[in-house]
Amino acid sequence: MSLPRVNVVIIGAGAGGGVVAKELCEAGLHVALLERGRWYTANDCRKDDLRNQRTSILGNNSGPDDERNPRVFVDLEGNRHAVLPSEGGYSNNAACVGGGTLTYGAMAWRFQPKDFRMRTTYGAPEGSTLDDWPISYDDLAPFYEKAEYEVGVSGDVSNDPFKGPRAKPLPMPPLPPTREYEILKPAAQRLGLHPFDLPMLRNSVPYNGRPPCMRCRWCVGFICEVDAKCGTHNTVIPRALATGLCDLRLGCMVKEILTNDQGKVTGVSYFDAHDRLHEQPADLVIVSGAAIESARLLLNSKSKLFPNGLGNRFDWVGRNFQGHAYSGATGLFDFDTYDDVGPGANIAICDYNHGNPGLRGGAMLANEFIRLPIQAVDMQPNGVRWGKAHKDFMRKAYRRTIRIMGPTQEMPVFDSRVQLDPVVKDFWGMPVAQLSGYRHAHTVEISNVMATKAEAWLKEAGAIQTWLNLSGRDLSGGQHQAGTCRMGSDPKTSVVDSWCRVHDFDNLHVIDASVHVTNGGFNPVLTILANAYRVSARLVQSWKGKV
Amino acid sequence: MSKRSALSRRRFLQVAATVAASSAVISCGRRAGPWRFFTPGEAHTMEALCDQIIPADQDPGAAWAGTLYYIDSQLVGHFHKLQSAYREGLAAFDAACLSARRAAFADLPFDQQTAFLNLLPASLQPFFAMVITHTMQGFYGDARHNGNRDAVSWRMLGIPVIPIRGRDQYEFPKKG
Repeated sequence: MSLPRVNVVIIGAGAGGGVVAKELCEAGLHVALLERGRWYTANDCRKDDLRNQRTSILGNNSGPDDERNPRVFVDLEGNRHAVLPSEGGYSNNAACVGGGTLTYGAMAWRFQPKDFRMRTTYGAPEGSTLDDWPISYDDLAPFYEKAEYEVGVSGDVSNDPFKGPRAKPLPMPPLPPTREYEILKPAAQRLGLHPFDLPMLRNSVPYNGRPPCMRCRWCVGFICEVDAKCGTHNTVIPRALATGLCDLRLGCMVKEILTNDQGKVTGVSYFDAHDRLHEQPADLVIVSGAAIESARLLLNSKSKLFPNGLGNRFDWVGRNFQGHAYSGATGLFDFDTYDDVGPGANIAICDYNHGNPGLRGGAMLANEFIRLPIQAVDMQPNGVRWGKAHKDFMRKAYRRTIRIMGPTQEMPVFDSRVQLDPVVKDFWGMPVAQLSGYRHAHTVEISNVMATKAEAWLKEAGAIQTWLNLSGRDLSGGQHQAGTCRMGSDPKTSVVDSWCRVHDFDNLHVIDASVHVTNGGFNPVLTILANAYRVSARLVQSWKGKV
Repeated sequence: MSKRSALSRRRFLQVAATVAASSAVISCGRRAGPWRFFTPGEAHTMEALCDQIIPADQDPGAAWAGTLYYIDSQLVGHFHKLQSAYREGLAAFDAACLSARRAAFADLPFDQQTAFLNLLPASLQPFFAMVITHTMQGFYGDARHNGNRDAVSWRMLGIPVIPIRGRDQYEFPKKG
């Protein structure tokens, strides 16, 4: 059944799709915003330690559901595992209005200028497709600022000497310091490092009509009880809806992107919340399903003209799948470091993002979010997992440990990829994503060095015992998933152009972290938001015939 | 015999017949007691195991905290795929203990239980690792899942107990 034509279909109401919806609707375009998940509110908070996006032992709290959405994960030995969204290896982010921004930790980093010039700065190591972005930090800077002000960022980066140029300070001050902050800040300064209040998409003061953070310990992985976390679900998507031009449809799973005999994209077909199949014709199709599902949708959109899926003429869709190699260290102190004041992470250094001898890049380092007790049971360094010794350690160490971690920027690997699985289908009968590949050895090398930097910081802070938390060669992805529809100027070595337009088409765009050439030594969400603002501005201009 | 007691006798026979019928059902898999998955014998072993993993001292142990209620209810819920791992694992565990110590695990003194676990055969290590993982979840996880009774682990760690407010006032019906 074909629905009335709209100007734009956006697939996915997450970080990218939410921003594009708001920008296009405010410019007067009629948008159908298709989201496969539900719309959760602060009332769905629940604070369930065992069931959330971070600790999904008993399931996810904001999708996707285990019943309908399997994937296949291929491990380093080549064994295939059918995995559910709440299981390891799935690389889950979320399926809901707001996407990952509903439950994330909400670090709001701008990438550094060098992060867009990785190949020029370092050269690619063997076995990596490391490259430059076709855009620079300066292209994104005004849109970083727009994201910081429209979605809302608190913090104080003025003391970060390594940041790219910025015109304005952050719109909100940082949250007041915690005990960990007071311990770590002077220690970093004694080491000659440059600690500062890390930027967060979280209200520290009333902003955008919502209250500030109430400092509880259920933050990353949870829906905020007081709606202080800023995501697209409580900022730009309501603004899109307020125009009257955004038709947000929940529970809608897109089956494929439709093309005609002339090779032009004509719309999408999707299953609605009652599993009825619809065709939605549109002038413009925007894919914003995050790195795994966006690639899967392009690959699943096969036709006579495009037997390998859309944008996949040179077999680049789904390639260079990456996330971050998280590593760091834990320190045990002989005094209480825990004060039960959330969200926990609040102090960072960017001294090691670049300029490490012999290494191509590095990572921002910051203290971790508050560890809930269930997240601390395996932190003991000597491997004691049970018995009185374990219980004694929990009693002794839970309130006296600080963990510093950082997301090492990865060297993209061509063979780390999202493919269509030849066997497993989802509830609607579509081939599911198969994830396979590995981290580049140099990525692991960098992340190991980052861990020693974190350890040195903890030692200087007075830790009586420290141990490393290292990252292995296992495939990356997860909530920082990126890279599968690379942005580039050469159609033979990329999927979209610098305006996120899929090569070969004039009306199909991918706007999410899929287009990231490299993923920075930072949490990627602010870059997704900023790039969505940047591309939206161009789409509006071209719609009005000005470009 | 009065008419009334005759009626009582007939009533007794009816009840007895019902009980007999339902015990036939019980022997097919549904069991008496508080457990939804474990047999009383399995639960006995499991409680001893849980208390080895998190023993009682100045703070309560895992069994008191209701960890077994957590595992039992998850085995007929989110962990249903692990039913056979528990059933077969417990059978092998009990058999190994009987042959090594000539007694059921739960009947051994605490220190002998610990000694048996420290020398556990390799074939039983995956089972024990699974029980450890789930015991930790039941003890340190949210009390709404039947473990961590009275927030005992959070009190032990000295972190504030926040009331569970059950904020999801509306559950959408499942699709399909």
